[in-house]
Amino acid sequence: MPVTQETLDEIALSRDEYEAIIDRLGREPEPLELGLFGALWSEHCGYKHTKALLRTLPSSSDRLLVAPGAENAGVVDLGDGLAVCFKIESHNHPSAVEPFEGAATGVGGIIRDIFAMGARPIALLNSLRFGQPDDARTRYLLNGVIGGISSYGNCIGIPDVGGEIFFSDTYKGNPLVNAMCVGLIENGKMASASAKEPGDLLMLVGADTGRDGIHGASGLASRSFEEQAEMRSAVQVGNPFLEKVLIEACIESLDLPGVVGLQDCGAAGITSAAIEMAERSGMGLKLTIDDVPRREEGMTPYEVMLSESQERMLLAVTHGMEGPVFDLFEKWDLDATVIGEFELGENVRIYDEGVEVSSTPVITLTDAPEYKFAGVKPQWLTDLQNADLSATPIPSESPSEILLKMLASPNIASRFPIYRQYDYHVQTNTVVEPGGDAAVLRLKGSKRGIAVSTDCNGRICYLDPEIGTAIAVAEACRNLSVTGALPVALTDGLNFGNPETPDVQFQLTESIAGMGRAADAFGIPIVSGNASLYNQSQGTDIFPTPIIGSLGLLKDVEKHVTAGFKSDGDVIIMLGADSAWDDIDGLAGSEYLDLIHGKVEGQPKLDMDLEIRTQAVCRDAIEKGLVKSGHDVSDGGLAVAITESAVIGGIGASITAAPGERWDAAMFGETQSRIIVSATSENLSEIEKLAQVSNVPMVALGTVGGESLSFGDSITLPLADADDAWKNGFSRATAD
Amino acid sequence: MKFGIVVFPGTWSEKDTHHAVNGVLGQDAEYIWHGDEALDQYDAIVLPGGFSYGDFLRCGAIARFSPVMEAVRNFADKGGPVVGICNGFQVLCESGLLPGVLMRNDHLEFRCIWTDLKVENDTTMFTSTATKGQTLHIPMSHGEGNYQADEATIEKLEGNGQVVFRYADAAGNVTPEINPNGSINNIAGIINERGNVMGMMPHPEKASEKLIGGDDGNVIFKSMIENIVATLA
Repeated sequence: MPVTQETLDEIALSRDEYEAIIDRLGREPEPLELGLFGALWSEHCGYKHTKALLRTLPSSSDRLLVAPGAENAGVVDLGDGLAVCFKIESHNHPSAVEPFEGAATGVGGIIRDIFAMGARPIALLNSLRFGQPDDARTRYLLNGVIGGISSYGNCIGIPDVGGEIFFSDTYKGNPLVNAMCVGLIENGKMASASAKEPGDLLMLVGADTGRDGIHGASGLASRSFEEQAEMRSAVQVGNPFLEKVLIEACIESLDLPGVVGLQDCGAAGITSAAIEMAERSGMGLKLTIDDVPRREEGMTPYEVMLSESQERMLLAVTHGMEGPVFDLFEKWDLDATVIGEFELGENVRIYDEGVEVSSTPVITLTDAPEYKFAGVKPQWLTDLQNADLSATPIPSESPSEILLKMLASPNIASRFPIYRQYDYHVQTNTVVEPGGDAAVLRLKGSKRGIAVSTDCNGRICYLDPEIGTAIAVAEACRNLSVTGALPVALTDGLNFGNPETPDVQFQLTESIAGMGRAADAFGIPIVSGNASLYNQSQGTDIFPTPIIGSLGLLKDVEKHVTAGFKSDGDVIIMLGADSAWDDIDGLAGSEYLDLIHGKVEGQPKLDMDLEIRTQAVCRDAIEKGLVKSGHDVSDGGLAVAITESAVIGGIGASITAAPGERWDAAMFGETQSRIIVSATSENLSEIEKLAQVSNVPMVALGTVGGESLSFGDSITLPLADADDAWKNGFSRATAD
Repeated sequence: MKFGIVVFPGTWSEKDTHHAVNGVLGQDAEYIWHGDEALDQYDAIVLPGGFSYGDFLRCGAIARFSPVMEAVRNFADKGGPVVGICNGFQVLCESGLLPGVLMRNDHLEFRCIWTDLKVENDTTMFTSTATKGQTLHIPMSHGEGNYQADEATIEKLEGNGQVVFRYADAAGNVTPEINPNGSINNIAGIINERGNVMGMMPHPEKASEKLIGGDDGNVIFKSMIENIVATLA
């Protein structure tokens, strides 16, 4: 019987893909099998549009203990017997439909990815994008998402230490909610998401399986949800308490001799988790689907296989050694059920009440089609890049008024009103709290520490996906370097529009090329990733938003520095540039141009060699104890960066050079590769030597001190006024 | 001396507490599972922070029925020192070991911030190494820390010196503006009449080392150690 278009739409498979399934099976698929294909060939699980591109990314490093791709995430050696794994995952569409639960289960999902590796989750970050907050629905989404992250993260006892939030109308109606989790593992105790030998049992632990989240991966995540009038039932409901207990039980279970594999049950539920385990183990699998404990009666095998009920994990357990596993999970009041057995062979065989309802080769299911495309640069982009920035009118307001507006922008103002709703102290490792360029965590039992950050400027990526993504990598690393940490690994969260359109194909191709080029230049691997496509708002693709998560290593965590200025009389120095103020080209894609002039245009630039040398000098100066503060110049340019360091440090600053006629470009331009440090005047010549040896330009800008800010002859402002704009800007912009 | 740290399913501050009293202050410490009932080997009990049993129904409302809480009650009845932190404070109130209730923060949001706690009573076994009027810089992290009780109870608590900590500014000024959750009289921590059971919302175990922002929390554990070791000698 030919399948109806309605059925194919429900599982987001194309007619061509359906034909390919018939071709591979040599027959029409059963409805259950079609569900399996829909899930595993979804963009979310099968990476149809990104697999070929992602393969080009650097994935090797001396520090890698487990290669990316071999397991759910690569594992990076930190020394002292410690290793770390981390990953970003998106929950954009669920959050657009049901912001609180969408965001909460996004956090829950990424945590499972990490403890499935045998790692104890030690930090959460989140990278969020919304439409402008003057819209009531956007504020509803914003409050729901923050509430969901707060509710799940706080209950589970993992500190939420950082991330970013950015507002632009491009994300109106299609917010981006990306969560990152970092886990710590004792070197050598990594878990594998696979079975060891035929006969190993497949055990489901944690929550019962219900009808929630069916078609989450295929329906919500893999096409434009705006087509769907009502997809709320495809959003799952999270239970952080259950997950907290599940973390403890699963990590404890890895010490049992019979537990050989651990896998998280996320998108596409048992289907994806069990079948990927079989693939990784190179074995067949017999699933007895009627053994799965259910929340409600009358569920079909189709529903059980595709349910995305949260807080479930799969274990591979040696036959005959399951007794202690049952005991352990009972101690934690958790269900544990044998639902299958790995076996010799190639097929996943599904049994319901003793009857085989499906038998399909594993490889047929997991080897999703791969779409290759070459992007063509659209003319509209060339036009935007060629815009004449010098035609930007100089504002009639005073420079002080513009600075205050910039500081109060929801894209720049302090994020304290958000992160004070997240527990960032639990586990007592937080050395640098949220609010700086990167969070710094100590590693108990070692002198070492890690720094973590996320970064991506969608505006810049829109104007040049290749350079923009390279800048995202550079800035994610710069955020680490300004604390003193050496970048050692990256993860990516790709958020793009509809990959079936030429523009998005161009953006994807260019963006991943830029990411690879930048990661290569830094010499660090991308250890994990996630792709969320079909992000569209009111029929328009979002800005390409390849979020980069970065992780850095501090050999001595005590030597880190923070962003705030420290003492009267210290010299303010900029590394990476030889003159204080920026030129007109720096306005490309800047916050100033967008906020004040309502324009997103210009050609972003990055000198990669300069970037790497500048970061190295900054780290070196911190390591040698020469500088007291470090802060990246980014959104809002130099004037905003100096003001932030002053406000965070609670002390004024005076910059000597006059910004000149184009004071707007000078003070608010966002040319890359610039870092602000402060130091005692005695250390200035030492820092100059370091910069000179590495051929890094630098300039002494002025001094720290007093209770006001002054920028040449342009701005003199009481620090209290800047403090008020920056600290209260966010609450004012998001007030009902 | 030996601390017993109670672990309910959903507790998350037990390791931080262990690190503070054992890792930093060098005392013996063991975890006590919520089903355990034998507490005789411990010199002091800590009910740490977290979301016991998911805090379903109401914070601490399910934990009070656990076997270990019956044992904690007996331990306290015999004069044993018990401190409840955050969720532990909520459990002590739900169990009736301390008076009053902890309601939702008045602004309805979760709050994770550093607070300055004014020491109102330095004669307790939990604060004897502090000085009355001094402030302790200790973080809080809760959605339900708004301490309330009826007028008579508050009068009694205030009259007996049972209010141990109040939210204040760094200089020790107790003002409505500095109150982070709506607690009556800015109350952050109280003690029972007998002086052996204390509850507080902020987390002293999260302020155990300068590297993580400060070590004022140790004042509380050090006071306990000093007083308990003295009685053991």
